[in-house]
Amino acid sequence: MKAAKLTYHKATSIEHALELVGRYDGAGKLMAGGQSLVPMMNLRMTAAEHLIDISGLSALRESAWKDEAFFLGSGVTHSMIEDGKVEDPARGYLRHVAAGIAYRSVRNRGTVGGSLAHADPAADWPAALLALDAAIVIQGPKGERRMPLAQFQRGLMETALGEGELLKGVLVPRLSEKARWAYLKFTRKVGEFAHSIAAVVVDPAAGISNVVLGAVGGKPLRLNGVSTSLSPREIESDLKAADLDGSSYECQVHKTMITRALAKALQ
Amino acid sequence: MTKLSLKVNGEAVQAEIEDRTTLGDFLREGLNLTGTHLGCEHGVCGACTVLVDEEPVRACITLAASVAGREVRTIEGFAEDPAMAVIRECFSEAHGLQCGFCTPGMAITVSDLLKRGKCADAAQIRTELSGNLCRCTGYQGIVEAVELAREKLNA
Repeated sequence: MKAAKLTYHKATSIEHALELVGRYDGAGKLMAGGQSLVPMMNLRMTAAEHLIDISGLSALRESAWKDEAFFLGSGVTHSMIEDGKVEDPARGYLRHVAAGIAYRSVRNRGTVGGSLAHADPAADWPAALLALDAAIVIQGPKGERRMPLAQFQRGLMETALGEGELLKGVLVPRLSEKARWAYLKFTRKVGEFAHSIAAVVVDPAAGISNVVLGAVGGKPLRLNGVSTSLSPREIESDLKAADLDGSSYECQVHKTMITRALAKALQ
Repeated sequence: MTKLSLKVNGEAVQAEIEDRTTLGDFLREGLNLTGTHLGCEHGVCGACTVLVDEEPVRACITLAASVAGREVRTIEGFAEDPAMAVIRECFSEAHGLQCGFCTPGMAITVSDLLKRGKCADAAQIRTELSGNLCRCTGYQGIVEAVELAREKLNA
């Protein structure tokens, strides 16, 4: 249960991290909190020839309002959000999600950006932030680029991050007073990876109406019919459109979670 | 190999380590601080919980190199800690341990949750302790120990 041999590099700035990623083209792996990466390396499910540690970069923990969206630095830990050390533009939604991730000792090191870049289909931030219509800020050698989170995660642990790029942060829209949200997870044990995640964010003022299912297939799934109608009646057809077997145990759990989350958000 | 300098239990430590060394292995094998127990070695059981800058982390999924310059506190570093003395007593009194393998990580997690006031009732204590597995006690004794410590420490 030990990681394979690796060469460790401590990045001292974002530029330094990008320089290292560029230098080890393909053989370098960025590590933020390492709370998913190190277990996977210990289990020899993955290896990093050159491990580039960005956990010490305070520049990645900076957060601030940028026009109408709140920029959350990718190095912000789950604990920082849980404890309210970072503003929550989504009226308690981010805090609620953060507090439910794994365990406190993991939340103290794990980061928002790490979770998004790792892109585990059962992780919390990919589903939670997709429901919030968040956008991604990517830093590359040639500068910054942005994209909707919906285009970022391509599949199982696969993202739009190119070689030589790093995830700088995420832009979160401000929710209005009239916003409603619910975030429910089905787990058999507190803190384990969820068997189902249902995220609902509805805010007419911000133009958001999303019902997202997580821990399903390779990446979180926006249920288009349910998102528009906000009625659980569309669940069956949405699941069918995603090629999921509606009669399976997993889908029964998903249906229940979505129905509960809708009821909770709209009560 | 990487040169590492950090503080462990209040003392400055310098060492040369293999890059892939986890904090858990460094503490146990490099510094002979065997109070930190390694159970699952992939972040599930919580036995290896130690403090980094006074916050609990899992030593088995934290690389030693990544906590360079920081302050680590293991269970040995709590020898003179007054709150930990109470927690220890309460674990003994309420039968919060049997084989004791999970106890160092459990005790450090408990000291942190009491400090953060996340101990309102048994349900909250169980939620906070969900990242620390015990295969002997069935948890009842541990939860009672935490409730007892909460009363004694007015947490």
